[in-house]
Amino acid sequence: MATTTPELKRSRSAKSATRPGDRIFSGLSRGSGITLLVIMAAIAVFLSYRTVIAISKDSTNFFTTFEWNPAGDPPVFGIAVLAFGTVVSSIVAMVIAVPVAIGIALFISHYAPRRLAKPLAYVVDLLAAVPSIIYGLWGAIFLVPYLAGLNEWLDQYLGWTYVFDKANEGPARSLFTVGILLAIMILPIITNVTREVFLQVPKMHEEAALALGATRWEVIRMSVLPFGRSGIISASMLGLGRALGETMAVAVVLSPSFLISGHLLDPGGGTFAQNIAAKFNEANEYGRDALIASGLVLFAITLLVNGAARWIIGRRKEYSGAAA
Amino acid sequence: MSHAIQDRPLSVAPRRGTLSHARLPRWTPAAVAAGSVLAGVGTGLAAGWHSKVQWGLISALLFVLVTYALTTKVEGSRQAKDRVATSLVWVCFVLAVVPLLSLAWVTVSKGLAVLDGYFLTHSMNGVLDAEAGGGIYHALLGTVEQVGIATLIAAPIGLLTAVYLVEYGGGKLAQAVTFFVDVMTGIPSIVAGLFVLTTWNLTLGFGPSGFAGAMALAILMMPVVVRSTEEMLKLVPNELREASLALGIPKWRTILKVVLPTAIGGITTGVMLAVARITGETAPVLLLVFGTKLINPNPFEGAQSSLPLYVYEQYAVGTDAAVARAWAAALVLIAFVMILNLVARGIARWKAPKTGR
Amino acid sequence: MAKRIDVSGLSAYYGAHKAIDDISMTVEPRSVTAFIGPSGCGKSTFLRTLNRMHEVTPGGRVEGKVMLDDENLYGTNVDPVAVRRTVGMVFQRPNPFPTMSIFDNVAAGLRLNGNYKKSQLNDIVEKSLKGANLWNEVKDRLNKPGSGLSGGQQQRLCIARAIAVEPDVLLMDEPCSALDPISTLAIEDLIGELKERFTIVIVTHNMQQAARVSDRTAFFNLAAVGQPGKLIELDDTERIFSNPSVQATEDYISGRFG
Repeated sequence: MATTTPELKRSRSAKSATRPGDRIFSGLSRGSGITLLVIMAAIAVFLSYRTVIAISKDSTNFFTTFEWNPAGDPPVFGIAVLAFGTVVSSIVAMVIAVPVAIGIALFISHYAPRRLAKPLAYVVDLLAAVPSIIYGLWGAIFLVPYLAGLNEWLDQYLGWTYVFDKANEGPARSLFTVGILLAIMILPIITNVTREVFLQVPKMHEEAALALGATRWEVIRMSVLPFGRSGIISASMLGLGRALGETMAVAVVLSPSFLISGHLLDPGGGTFAQNIAAKFNEANEYGRDALIASGLVLFAITLLVNGAARWIIGRRKEYSGAAA
Repeated sequence: MSHAIQDRPLSVAPRRGTLSHARLPRWTPAAVAAGSVLAGVGTGLAAGWHSKVQWGLISALLFVLVTYALTTKVEGSRQAKDRVATSLVWVCFVLAVVPLLSLAWVTVSKGLAVLDGYFLTHSMNGVLDAEAGGGIYHALLGTVEQVGIATLIAAPIGLLTAVYLVEYGGGKLAQAVTFFVDVMTGIPSIVAGLFVLTTWNLTLGFGPSGFAGAMALAILMMPVVVRSTEEMLKLVPNELREASLALGIPKWRTILKVVLPTAIGGITTGVMLAVARITGETAPVLLLVFGTKLINPNPFEGAQSSLPLYVYEQYAVGTDAAVARAWAAALVLIAFVMILNLVARGIARWKAPKTGR
Repeated sequence: MAKRIDVSGLSAYYGAHKAIDDISMTVEPRSVTAFIGPSGCGKSTFLRTLNRMHEVTPGGRVEGKVMLDDENLYGTNVDPVAVRRTVGMVFQRPNPFPTMSIFDNVAAGLRLNGNYKKSQLNDIVEKSLKGANLWNEVKDRLNKPGSGLSGGQQQRLCIARAIAVEPDVLLMDEPCSALDPISTLAIEDLIGELKERFTIVIVTHNMQQAARVSDRTAFFNLAAVGQPGKLIELDDTERIFSNPSVQATEDYISGRFG
């Protein structure tokens, strides 16, 4: 026994392992972590480098120009249209998807008959795995024609709001349609995370509300929703991140044109990701750099969204009930 | 210690002398739903609206409004709010189920039309885009090779990084790694593709290849593997590690022989789910693998095809024959992804600690 | 205000499994009745049938009658929500709503059940907190979250929340089992005061507590393992603890089993 104790002390206390096996293994794992950092740094460096080159070649303001002609003489390109398209379609998607996702999550956790709830949750989990190109295919072939009728109706009855006034004829390949398709795409992921959160509300809080004579909705309003608030936010941010970066579904459904229009039902527009996918093939060197610059802007936006989500969750910790 | 019991100066809510009151019969929601659907369809037909989406929306609206009015009248406003909440939740459910069912139905029915053995074993070599014929063998091969290489790169690095974070972590390096893994999780797939494009293809001068696509896919896969492996490792109880160390087993063997095997079920599931995700990625593949009609078994040289890319290309062609092929390929892709998912979840269930239900 | 409870032929089920069998008893208004018995004998299950919380558990089902004064809680047109409004409950683990302040916690039941002006709410909250012997400790921090209090204080907060709506009956399911002895004593004193306003039923596995606190005691037991629980004896507390009529009661009291 005397021989094992000193050995034990050494291998347990030292962070710098002395055994060769320990050294190799910890070196390997640390090396993997460093590899990841290197990749991240490489991404940042290369993208920024080419972005700087691109912007320096841009003869107009990168952020406010409404045109995309980096191959021209002089090169003229700007991301205003792309920013508008990305933000607007994502907002439409969130406005539709978040309430519906909360509703479905509540349905699975509190309203569905118990035997239905488990398979339902399973199916929604699977739906989150459907590749986006397939959503794009279905959207282009089915959703667009179906929405034509809805667009007409919106134009007729809500056209007095500038947004729903359809000024251009043409199929429903608009930012609005893209928003709806994105909503359908991000629905499963927001629902899944939100559902997990709702299921984790301790039964005793729900029982406390019930014992006071609350109806089912009141129990949800008093115990479940407040407890799950930060979870709902983080789930929504996950969905938003996906909507912002979605490429193929948008590329297939949106009728590409480089313009900003407040008439959301009109075909046309562009998003960051869709623009890159559409234009990279025929782009020359300047064109590629310009696209890379727009990609970096998109990346920055998604970083901001994720960071904001984390900050919100951190701030609400005191009232989240997680400590209770 | 006894306080003087005050006379109750305020009486609380107006006390109904009775606990019972009129209740709507149990079949009310179903009846209202049926009525609203009829009314919605009827209005739609009468007004000449062709879009079934509109009929659906009208029915849903009617359902909620009528439920509210009826319940307020018969049971009171608190019950009305409760019922409206219930109806809204059901409406959400139906609203979500309809497009997703449509997607599933359409993909299966249209895909099956063209799908057969020939389709799976032949490429598009010699087939004009606008005509019928051809298959997806080259795309299948491409996908399998690209995803395979990506997994070979990403899984070990991701796993070892997770091991580093959980078993050796705590210092500044670990904090930086965790932070950047979070950042990496948010990379849009097209940006990952752009990165590989700038470095591998533009700066280093290589042409399109399956390997380039695999690298982009690996970048997308790594943070996912790290996070899910991390969670699985954290679930291994500390007592297990301590028991092993107390026996004099060195740390690296503890990890290799005790911790990892305990978590292996969850880790495998995490990796398979990550694989399923990148199988469906089109954007980076579009940029880097370029697409081709021919079978290219060499992932390191020359353009390849891949399943999602094939779907996109065929759709872009636009003819009936091409679109039909796109649906068939889409069906194969979904089946592939779903099978991976189901197997992964099956493993998770199989390897999960028996909780005894 | 406090009402009398009359139970006849009550049986409760979880799915097909019968948990308690054919219980009949009477609880007088403005008294404290304790339910005692070994673990698993169904006393908590029975308690939860008195405010229709039993049916919230999936598969929960009840047969029989529970009369509150002259109304059957399980009558055909009776709304369980209304029942829970009149029969309040305090749980084993203190469960103030974590996202609400102390004030909001106490006012929660009031806000559900009617429209009160801010001044009315202030009065009722103060009265309830005083009634729960908590006012002096929290009057300066009514806006702080309820979860920041100690265990004993949280439980008194839950009691304040329950009595704020002036229920006819107050049910307490092992309210002190998660608390330290000093908080337990404080709550037992509180029960002594509350019984002048409410009918109280308390489940406890602590016999000494039952002896200290209650006027009447009911002893429950299982016939055998797997059998449903039954009411063995109900009598004045003094008699149960000094001279019980049934041998099983005597055995339990003297610690021969349980």
